[in-house]
Amino acid sequence: MIRTENVYFTYPSGVTALQGVSVEIEDGEFVAIMGENGAGKTTLVKHFNGLLKPERGEVFVDGRNTKESSVAELSRDVGLVFQNADHQLFCETVEEEVSFGLRNFGFGDKVVKKRVDWALELLDLRRYQKRSPFMLSGGERKRVALASVLAWNPKVVVLDEPTTGQDHGQKERLSQFVRQLNAQGRTVILVTHDIEFVAECSPRVILMSRGRIIADGPAKEILTNSKLVTEASLIVPQITQLFMMLGDLGLPGDVIDIYEAKRLINDFVGG
Amino acid sequence: MAVPLIKISDLSYAYPGSNKQAVSHVDLTIDKGAFVTLTGPSGCGKTTLCRCLNGLIPHFYGGKIKGTITVSGLSVLDHTIGELAEHVGFIFQNPENQLFALSVERDVAFGPENLALPREEIRERVEWAMKVTGVEGLRERSPYELSGGQQQRVAIASVLAMRPEILVLDEPTSSLDPLAAQNLFQAISELNERLSLTIVLVEHRLDLLSTLTDRVIVMDNGHVRMDGSPVEVFNSMDAQLMGIGVPKIVRLYHALGFRAEKPPLSVEDFAQYLRGLRND
Repeated sequence: MIRTENVYFTYPSGVTALQGVSVEIEDGEFVAIMGENGAGKTTLVKHFNGLLKPERGEVFVDGRNTKESSVAELSRDVGLVFQNADHQLFCETVEEEVSFGLRNFGFGDKVVKKRVDWALELLDLRRYQKRSPFMLSGGERKRVALASVLAWNPKVVVLDEPTTGQDHGQKERLSQFVRQLNAQGRTVILVTHDIEFVAECSPRVILMSRGRIIADGPAKEILTNSKLVTEASLIVPQITQLFMMLGDLGLPGDVIDIYEAKRLINDFVGG
Repeated sequence: MAVPLIKISDLSYAYPGSNKQAVSHVDLTIDKGAFVTLTGPSGCGKTTLCRCLNGLIPHFYGGKIKGTITVSGLSVLDHTIGELAEHVGFIFQNPENQLFALSVERDVAFGPENLALPREEIRERVEWAMKVTGVEGLRERSPYELSGGQQQRVAIASVLAMRPEILVLDEPTSSLDPLAAQNLFQAISELNERLSLTIVLVEHRLDLLSTLTDRVIVMDNGHVRMDGSPVEVFNSMDAQLMGIGVPKIVRLYHALGFRAEKPPLSVEDFAQYLRGLRND
């Protein structure tokens, strides 16, 4: 479990990114942290593996205070995949990249090989095994970064803006993939402002704005609250907009799922 | 009468050291004043095609090129990037790569200053460009302290100060939040309408563009696969199979089994359509 208690954080430039954030994320949860650019989303998740330490307040990962634990120790449980894969990749081949974390955690050669094979297979990267990560496309580099984190099988996987620069097909595969990770029991935390993507995955949504949490609840409840959504510089999902517009005909306004929408409209048109 | 402003004939191109054609046998004509959205899966060749419009390909990137590209009456192969910059403004994904001066005003003035224009003309162009993009209020600010959306507007202002006829934007909203993206698309649409500026926009987020753009071109594997109005493209099964970002309401419309000639492009249209069904 991850727990933050009244966390404040200010960057050396003087920008205060977090202003009293308290939140609890249980094991096995699927969470999307959303909000405008600069809302503090990335700053918050960097506290989850101890990369940043709170200036005021506390962060606990499975009961350990992050101020008293090393990043290496915390990363074993909380794997963070950065927004820009280039900040994370540095090895000469994809294979080395994916084994780097494992070797650092002290796994033996046999285990490393097995886990690297598994991660490469999982993310469809086998054919790039011997290639330089820097020769790959942006979408492929993102997958390498993800594989290198999944390889050591952290309990919690944090993905920072996984959908930027991905086309529609890649997003669909990513959506299936993160749901699968979660179904296997991992805690999955997404940082994103891709509202249609979140509407499809339907996780718990933590909405942030200007360094604070302004709402926290199921996607269906948060994404359909146009006041909150606009405050966080997001746009209500198209399907929700449609149902809001037809509210006077007795249709519910809190619809985000295309299948639910289909069923409701069929009933409406039929009846 | 529509005047072709961009004319591409049988264009094929491969980057240096690569045998694969990033763009393959492309024929395309774009009229003055059009608002064209170029989309397709990652790696389909859309960015490459854009780079051919302002001469970055082949003059900067090198590589093997075949075919002809004419932009504003100039053959791209025979003119320098500098000459072409007076006709084609280019906006990149990340505005920070494009801004460098200490104030917004200085950034916008940089292009016209390099054209060695008279002082008065420079001032006029800078004022005009800041005004049409709505950044006059930011003139003294450093571009680095602005939000992503503001930075993109400043980047647009600085290329508009060159008075191009064509604005090419390569995924300009990829780092913006949804509200900022919607505002930027709105601003681009206004430039298109008020100034008859020709727009070529590379984008995956078609839901925010469906009512603004008048033509959608879908590329895949270096080829142009589809070319038509948003209605035509969104209604085709091919677009859905190719995995382009058909807006959610169009998907819902199809999921419901509605197959009229015209799928709704906006939420308002769809709501209207459903009300009509109810009243029949």
